[in-house]
Amino acid sequence: MNPFQQDHCLICNNIIQPTIGWRAIFSIEKEQLICSACEENLKKIEGETCRICCRSFYQLDEKFRKGEWCNDCFRWEEDSEWKGLLEKNHSLFLYNEFLKEVITKYKFRGDYVLAKVFAVAIKEALTKMSPDLLVPIPLSEERLYERGFNQAVALLMESGFSPAEILTRIHSEKQSKKTRSERIHLPQVFKVAADSNLQGKKVVLIDDIYTTGSTLRHAAKLLKAAGAASIQSLTIAR
Amino acid sequence: MRFIIKAGRLILNNTSGDSLPITKIPTIPQPPLNPDFAYNPNIQQLLTGKQLLFDDIPFTLDEIQTHYQNGYVTYRKGIVYKGKQHICVRCGNKDPQRFASFPCSRCGETCLYCRQCLMMGRISACTPLLGWNGPVPDTVYPTKVLEWQGTLSEGQSVASNHVVEAIQRNQEHLVWAVCGAGKTEVLFAGIEAALTTQKRICIATPRTDVVLELTPRLQAAFPNITVASLYGGSEDRHLYAPLTIATTHQLLRFYQAFDTIILDEVDAFPYTVEESLQHAAIHARKPTAAMIYLTATPNEKWQRECRSGKRAYTTIPARFHRHPLPVPEFVWCGNWQKRLQKNKLPQNVIQWIHNRIKSNKQALIFFPHIPLMEKALPILRQFDPTIQSVHAEDPERKNKVQKMRTKEIPLLLTTTILERGVTFPNIDVAVVGAEDPIFTESALVQIAGRAGRSKDHPDGVVTFFHYGKTDEMIKARRQIVSMNSEGIKRGLLDK
Repeated sequence: MNPFQQDHCLICNNIIQPTIGWRAIFSIEKEQLICSACEENLKKIEGETCRICCRSFYQLDEKFRKGEWCNDCFRWEEDSEWKGLLEKNHSLFLYNEFLKEVITKYKFRGDYVLAKVFAVAIKEALTKMSPDLLVPIPLSEERLYERGFNQAVALLMESGFSPAEILTRIHSEKQSKKTRSERIHLPQVFKVAADSNLQGKKVVLIDDIYTTGSTLRHAAKLLKAAGAASIQSLTIAR
Repeated sequence: MRFIIKAGRLILNNTSGDSLPITKIPTIPQPPLNPDFAYNPNIQQLLTGKQLLFDDIPFTLDEIQTHYQNGYVTYRKGIVYKGKQHICVRCGNKDPQRFASFPCSRCGETCLYCRQCLMMGRISACTPLLGWNGPVPDTVYPTKVLEWQGTLSEGQSVASNHVVEAIQRNQEHLVWAVCGAGKTEVLFAGIEAALTTQKRICIATPRTDVVLELTPRLQAAFPNITVASLYGGSEDRHLYAPLTIATTHQLLRFYQAFDTIILDEVDAFPYTVEESLQHAAIHARKPTAAMIYLTATPNEKWQRECRSGKRAYTTIPARFHRHPLPVPEFVWCGNWQKRLQKNKLPQNVIQWIHNRIKSNKQALIFFPHIPLMEKALPILRQFDPTIQSVHAEDPERKNKVQKMRTKEIPLLLTTTILERGVTFPNIDVAVVGAEDPIFTESALVQIAGRAGRSKDHPDGVVTFFHYGKTDEMIKARRQIVSMNSEGIKRGLLDK
């Protein structure tokens, strides 16, 4: 091992310039995984958001929202079949071009180690939410073989949590190839493991991206029916 | 993915207790070729001279496994452990920081993977690289291969003869040709010599643009030869061809495929990338093969090897139009960065630009960094509002270069992105801040090489504005001057 080896950014592979100053010297050193340029490109979701799905209202046209809800969530909540199933979604970062590239590399190219980039933020968010069960959105068997790992499970494990893998997927087609309406009107794609005890449990679902919210709501519906007290969700991107 | 060894063969088996990921199997047995086996010619086409992953190919595990058991397909380890370090067999990566591991659902273990060549499909410790061990596909070669009618300059024809010789004798040879010498034509006779002796040949170049430009030119010169054109996302991905034109990265998918590799612009990359591309070239060639290197600006090490006789090389010191290379002039311009912060440019730079605009002469102005260039743009737009700037990530890049060609833009500010490859017939060139470390000897030679390219306008002014002369600037000028004097000595220049 070379003790003088410089750390490279996990995302762009440039050398990370160490921060020099009294704070860096006297505080317990936090491991730097990405460079400041990449850090800047990851935009935290802050300010006013949809009270359910966490969509940022910043620079969003009035016509896409209805009071505290975004139009999409408003539509979900109008429908008695779906109303209140997903109590709240928490998303960490804006799904901008930069994050899109990072997630593509992570999920589709299979760069597992990128899960570490989000670990601190995930830990912080989950600690606040204090759930009883952390349930990752599952992949179909074919997809799992193809990718080699489940991106939601990896996010949990790299953040130091243990996933409760109680859901399995029956349907295998890729979500990203479908329209909103196709996603919503799909028959149930998940199955709950028979031996899972969900009675009165506060569940948090984990996924990488919140797009239409249909995946999470389908999972929520099933878990609720199996006895869960409440369902929230956490995704990296929105 | 896990294997067991049974009766001297590797068998796919994910459940058996003594199964292992391929990296942990000491030696991989290769079953003898079964001559009675009816192999699938599509697999033969696709795997000959290649190293691919299961994910790259449209065949089932079973069919590939059957071909392996009959000796036709080979399995190699994707990652090896050698001398206490892991090495990616495909890209040659040895840097522990460029590996990571993950709980792999294919082998059920913590599996190491290479991050260096991840974009070409993930190679991990349980990933076999697939190759071909059977007969090579039949190729029909026409009796007359080369249909090109042009003639070579004196300098080109000397180099052309040396290339032919090196290809016939499977040797290494460097062609050190100045910008605008006409490198492509120098290759025609060599390619012809290779193809007439049924050799498989590959031209590898760093950039996709160049692959796209070369393909029709070579297809026109060799109309009866199948040409495969390979770059990220290309349609010819699975085409077996006697003549392949590829980006240097695509070489990573080849293994002992070519009798001749022509490597264009060997100096275009930073050292670490270059190392991995060298690895790719060495693996893509057959154990006995010719290597032809083409460049206008060999690095210092190569220049030294040339001078000390350790490297076989030919120079083409003069352009095809027989006029000397424009020699850069050095002009001190003071602390130009400080002036830019105050939204000003040095007076002599302004004057230079003003003169071009007045006399209607197009020009490229190089800047070391994007922010400084963007600061200079509004200042210069006071002279002419149609002046533009361009850099690598500029989505309008192609469009702006095109507009420069059609003379809709009088002056284009640019980073080093336009230092090579792009040719405008009649321009002057300036560098603002030539002392910046980004302007290496080779970058400066390439930049100077943008001027005086056409037969009708063989002259052009090249000015390096600087705040302190650097060694690189001096070396660049020395290289240009020495090429010119060699051109005179060898009678390749008219003046």
